[in-house]
Amino acid sequence: MATYPKEMQESIVQVEATRPQRMKARFPRLSLAEQEALLRGFHPDYKEGGKRPLQVGPSQGELVPHEVADLLEAYPLLDPREVDLSKVDYDVDVLVIGGGGAGTVAALWACEAGIPADRILIATKLRHGDSNSMMAQGGIQAADKPHDSPAIHYLDVIGGGHFAGDPKLVRALVQDGPMIIRWHEALGVMYDKGPDGTMITIHGGGTSRKRMHSAKDYTGMEIMRVLRDEARSRGIPVLEFSPAVELLTDVHGQVAGAVLWNLETEEYLIVRAKATVLATGGWGRLHIQGFPTTNHYGATADGLVLAYRVGAKLRDLDSVQYHPTGAAYPEQLVGLLITEKVRGLDAQPVNRDGELFVHPLEPRDVESAAFIRECMPLEQGGRGRGVVTPTGMVGVWLDTPMVDMIHGKGTFQRALSSIWRMYVRFDIDPTREPILVYPSLHYQNGGVAIDENGWTGIPGLFAGGEVEGGVHGKNRLMGNSLLDYNVFGRRAGLAAAAWAKDARVGRLTLAHVKRYVEQLKAAAVPKERRAPLLLPDYRGERVLARMVDLL
Amino acid sequence: MLTVYIMGKGYRVPEGLTIMKAMEYAGYRLVRGCGCRGGYCGACATVYRLPGDYRLYADLACQTTVQDGMYIAQLPSTPAERADYQLSQVAPRGEALLALYPELARCVACNTCTRSCPQKLEVMDAVQAALRGDIRQVAELTFDCVQCGLCAMRCPAEIAHYHVWQLARRLCGAYLTPRAQHLARRVAEVESGAFDAELDRLMGMGKDELAKAYQARDIEP
Repeated sequence: MATYPKEMQESIVQVEATRPQRMKARFPRLSLAEQEALLRGFHPDYKEGGKRPLQVGPSQGELVPHEVADLLEAYPLLDPREVDLSKVDYDVDVLVIGGGGAGTVAALWACEAGIPADRILIATKLRHGDSNSMMAQGGIQAADKPHDSPAIHYLDVIGGGHFAGDPKLVRALVQDGPMIIRWHEALGVMYDKGPDGTMITIHGGGTSRKRMHSAKDYTGMEIMRVLRDEARSRGIPVLEFSPAVELLTDVHGQVAGAVLWNLETEEYLIVRAKATVLATGGWGRLHIQGFPTTNHYGATADGLVLAYRVGAKLRDLDSVQYHPTGAAYPEQLVGLLITEKVRGLDAQPVNRDGELFVHPLEPRDVESAAFIRECMPLEQGGRGRGVVTPTGMVGVWLDTPMVDMIHGKGTFQRALSSIWRMYVRFDIDPTREPILVYPSLHYQNGGVAIDENGWTGIPGLFAGGEVEGGVHGKNRLMGNSLLDYNVFGRRAGLAAAAWAKDARVGRLTLAHVKRYVEQLKAAAVPKERRAPLLLPDYRGERVLARMVDLL
Repeated sequence: MLTVYIMGKGYRVPEGLTIMKAMEYAGYRLVRGCGCRGGYCGACATVYRLPGDYRLYADLACQTTVQDGMYIAQLPSTPAERADYQLSQVAPRGEALLALYPELARCVACNTCTRSCPQKLEVMDAVQAALRGDIRQVAELTFDCVQCGLCAMRCPAEIAHYHVWQLARRLCGAYLTPRAQHLARRVAEVESGAFDAELDRLMGMGKDELAKAYQARDIEP
């Protein structure tokens, strides 16, 4: 196969020339001080002008990316005066907002805790399961091997997150890990195992033990579809294409459900609930600092907006995770995730001259910063040794043929079948040619502050998964997001069920929204800013310029 | 630029776009037919035809590049029936699949399912394996299934393939694969509080002490 343009092929010759030498090479890991310097110089989080302090709300003064501030400092989509709260469409014990991994786990455990399935409602923006959980490729961490322990996992998480994580949340994450994997085993998740049932585990960036469990490179999809199937077996109701556009409170100030909006009929729906679990996922589709993203279509930070208006605190939203290996060529694949498992299976990142320039498995933020430095032109302080594509994208090579050379022919296609399939569609065979990668916006490291039971501090409101923060500090390690949504989805579901058993809901109101609007007005926030975003808009410019609303 | 016909209506779009991006370029703000945009969720099942070719092709809109003269229609959802079961009450015996999905026996071996699979899976082989009661082989053949529903919509025997595969994989994972012994042991250790003292100690450390412990970790080769 020879689909790479000539200039790129010339660089591949260099990559092939240095490969025999590199196969034996061990690139040293950076010290904490060296990591720090690299991050300060090249990670987008440290770039001047990318963030601003919030002017209003419970986390006033916190620095967040402009794209996020523009949504938090924004007026509601819905005019509270147009909504009749006395006509309740769904009256339930537990409302789960979000039908991805965290939401499905929360619903399953609320059910397990004794809430009847028909007293639970999952409301979701797209289809049940359409989420980042479905797209995770590489794996899920859990300290279940004899030479590993939750304490060693704890140290990896807290250090990888630059010592900013909440110790209670980190402990919950690592302590529940093995129990979660065993739960999955019983539900029928097909983890990669040896003949005697021993889990096959490998390293991820920043792990000190091989504790990455996988299901080929469809780990997220395999777990998500099993959880969804179990929710269907239990008969938990799901409302699809019905995102929440506002939380509801009652006269006592507790959260008591949500206003949903049917994306297709454009009508609003009132859900009254004794407890509400926020599981809306992250922010990738905000394209912070113009980066492409690995995220699914609905990752628009809606949950942050809803929780903030009701008074929940946010944390660590100043740190954005860019996955080091987003696809950079061909154009159709730009931004899509190339799992860290490729490096876990010994493929090295190399520059246009075929040089290995960083240890392949530094923590994600450090690895990304090293890629950006390699690609940034000399005059901007970088090394200018990236590979430029015909459309002007720049990237470094991920030397994928090494996987089969080291682990045996057929390994790539077996262990990385989704990546293999993705490239072969475009006539690139990753077992013979390297692939081009560049960092892609991947994860919301921070989010809504919670305690170890997933409680947000607002009566009646719980959160689990990417929408919450504090677990990963300023940088999440690979394999800890699948674990996070299981651990905290479960804890939030259990806590919501316990709360619902005693809770009494008073008259429904949107008073918190009215109060928030007053604060926005006082801060002179521009009138046209609206949130939540719900869906990104990728329509062509020519069409948007001529669009009129006639119906 | 080239011309594509979206539900029969022609639009000029740049070359090299995926079907999904071409629809957006043309002015569609997608609600249905768009999920992960990366080939994992199966939301964007699409059928298309090419000029001068009678065949109906099937693929994912987010993974397929547009061609000149392409006629495109997306499937907003697949109304296939899922059997009602609790995994714990299904015995992992060969006849389980056929008992819950008797329409499997209507397979006429036409291979349309295999030809319509965007993941290029051997779908009809999996149907045959299901008929033989080989649950493990069904699970292995269908592991990469994204449940887009294209096979089910094209099948003359009206089999809901992807629901059958889901059950087969769960049976295989839960009952036909040995459980991890080290995992069961570790869960018991955690429950007995074996790691509590060490975790308490780590939680009590200040940042400097933690940083020192972090730097001193021995890393498994």
